[in-house]
Amino acid sequence: MKIKKSLLIQILAFVIILTIISILINNLLINLARSQMTLNFNWLNTTAGFALSEYSLPYTPNDSYAWAILVAWINSLKVILASLFLSTLFGVLAISARLSGNSLLKFLSNFYVAFVRQTPLLLQLLFWYFVAFLSLPESSILPPNLFVQLTNNGIHTLGIKLSAEFSALLIGLSIFTGASIAEVLRGGINSVSRGQWEAYRSLGIKEIQGLCKVIFPQALPAIIPGLTSQYLNLAKNSTLAIAIGYADIYAVSDTTITQTGRAIEGFIILLLSFLLLNLIISNAMNIVNRIVSDKKYKL
Amino acid sequence: MINNVLQNKKNTPITCIITIPRRNIKQSIMSKKNLLTVLAIALACFGCSNQNHGTISRLDIIQKRGELKCGISGKIPGFSYLQQNGKYQGIDVDICKAIAAAIIGDPSKVQYRTLTAPERFTALRSGEIDVLSRNTTFNLSRDSIGGNGVTFAPTIFHDGQGILVKKSSRINSIKDLNNSTICVGSGTTTELNLNDIFQERKLNYKPIKYQDLNQVVAGYRQGRCKAMTSDRSQLAAVKANLPDRKNHKILEEILSKEPLAPASIGGDQKLSDAVRWTIYALIAAEEFNITQNNINIKIELAKADNTNTSLRRLLGIDGNLGSKLGLRNDFVANIIRNTGNYGEIYNRNLGPKSSVTIPRGLNNLYTNGGLLIAPPLK
Repeated sequence: MKIKKSLLIQILAFVIILTIISILINNLLINLARSQMTLNFNWLNTTAGFALSEYSLPYTPNDSYAWAILVAWINSLKVILASLFLSTLFGVLAISARLSGNSLLKFLSNFYVAFVRQTPLLLQLLFWYFVAFLSLPESSILPPNLFVQLTNNGIHTLGIKLSAEFSALLIGLSIFTGASIAEVLRGGINSVSRGQWEAYRSLGIKEIQGLCKVIFPQALPAIIPGLTSQYLNLAKNSTLAIAIGYADIYAVSDTTITQTGRAIEGFIILLLSFLLLNLIISNAMNIVNRIVSDKKYKL
Repeated sequence: MINNVLQNKKNTPITCIITIPRRNIKQSIMSKKNLLTVLAIALACFGCSNQNHGTISRLDIIQKRGELKCGISGKIPGFSYLQQNGKYQGIDVDICKAIAAAIIGDPSKVQYRTLTAPERFTALRSGEIDVLSRNTTFNLSRDSIGGNGVTFAPTIFHDGQGILVKKSSRINSIKDLNNSTICVGSGTTTELNLNDIFQERKLNYKPIKYQDLNQVVAGYRQGRCKAMTSDRSQLAAVKANLPDRKNHKILEEILSKEPLAPASIGGDQKLSDAVRWTIYALIAAEEFNITQNNINIKIELAKADNTNTSLRRLLGIDGNLGSKLGLRNDFVANIIRNTGNYGEIYNRNLGPKSSVTIPRGLNNLYTNGGLLIAPPLK
């Protein structure tokens, strides 16, 4: 009987949600039909007619809108993946500095986390782009034989040229997310009971080894969910690229929408591409989570 | 240790898990009837939305509301710019005021909405704004049902796209810009024109696109781009605001024609007619030499002189031109009394004494060698 009731409620709730959604869609379609702009994706095959400042796949303005959007999606992917690694690195560095006995490092780490987390990301991006990168001289400020060169055109390293827009976005996003990641790591490490620290120390295990082999594996299950949401935030925050001229998917959709007048279709594509991207990230992190959780019981 | 904690954690919540759903079930059964009625109403509402729409013109809505919602840029000196007193000023703003004077009878009854280029058409189509007066280029794609689906009023400013460069760069023509970076606003016709010109001439370039004009200017000033491109009117305004304005120049070449015009939603003839004839009234008033200062004298003269039929009709003394549009018969007089004629609006915002000076050129009356002409207000 109990099961039946709960099942009934679930079905009811499902029907209600479905009704609301269909009312919304119905409304949308009616209103679109009224303003004579029913959903239509044919424009994706027409010529885009705008150039992009950077592309990983061959692109000319004579390519289609669909291709331009794909190229822009890859641009987004590029900066997001690079930021994932760099922000994790910053986070790990910050937490290592905090855990180290050195009080100067500790202070610097605290300052970094506090300062970066308490200022808006858009402001930071504008700072990195307009103040840090574009204020650089045209010739590199670093000694010419160094493997990395910094100019107002961006970073040149190991034969790869990163534009000023890409570099500013990468650094801005990574530093911003890195601070949050440091806090997630700290929370995870603090969740390991004090006794575990005392245990490895009393066994005479070295500090680094103890951290890596005793503390960190136990902290990981608490870290992963927080880390996942930071990664997802990073992906979404990358759309602020539009403020500093990087040709990411949001910026290109923006141009596409004004040129074609297809706002709803444009947003649907934007929505789906981010959904796809974030599903990939969260699923990958879920797999990591499962592996990590399994290990916990082996300990 | 860990196991103990885990078990404890397991034990306590279980009671909660059992109790909470029980309460929920009871409450749900109680409210099941309510839920069903909600569902029934929701289902009944399925078709509600397509009734009672489509026939009411936005003109009537504006008159009923007593306020005009006007979309502007708010960032272009001379066109629409926030003054130190917190009020918007510019030719686009004056057009909003003129339309409000025509429709509502009061130029102050305008609610300004600042919009970015990509937002503007969506804002217009969704009804967020009634009229778009935001240095918008009039072209086929935007005017047509298959495109942005708006209806344009007559051009209020004939512009052309230009290029701003630093004098020290020694760039004198578009040809010199081969293989250089150019800063441009995203989602504008500017972006398309730039591409067309460079492709036609088989030149290469790299666009750096920003969403906001201020960022385009910052990118250009900081040296990210060799040049920035926009409508020449905007470039003139940008240049006027640069501290080192003498070191910059606008290239002679014009990339495209950019007729800037206000727009209203497509398929609403009543509103688009009112907007269109407001613009024509401004131009016609200049032709008739009716100004803010002499409007009352002109009205007296026209009232006294039965033979001056065209002036009497324009000022609403004879005929019923206004009521044909759904406006008051003296709507032209009302506009001019409040904003002045087109020439006065131009001089106030873009004339020699204003902060942004652009010679009238094409934006003069056809009688003075320009392109402005109003069809007869008959």
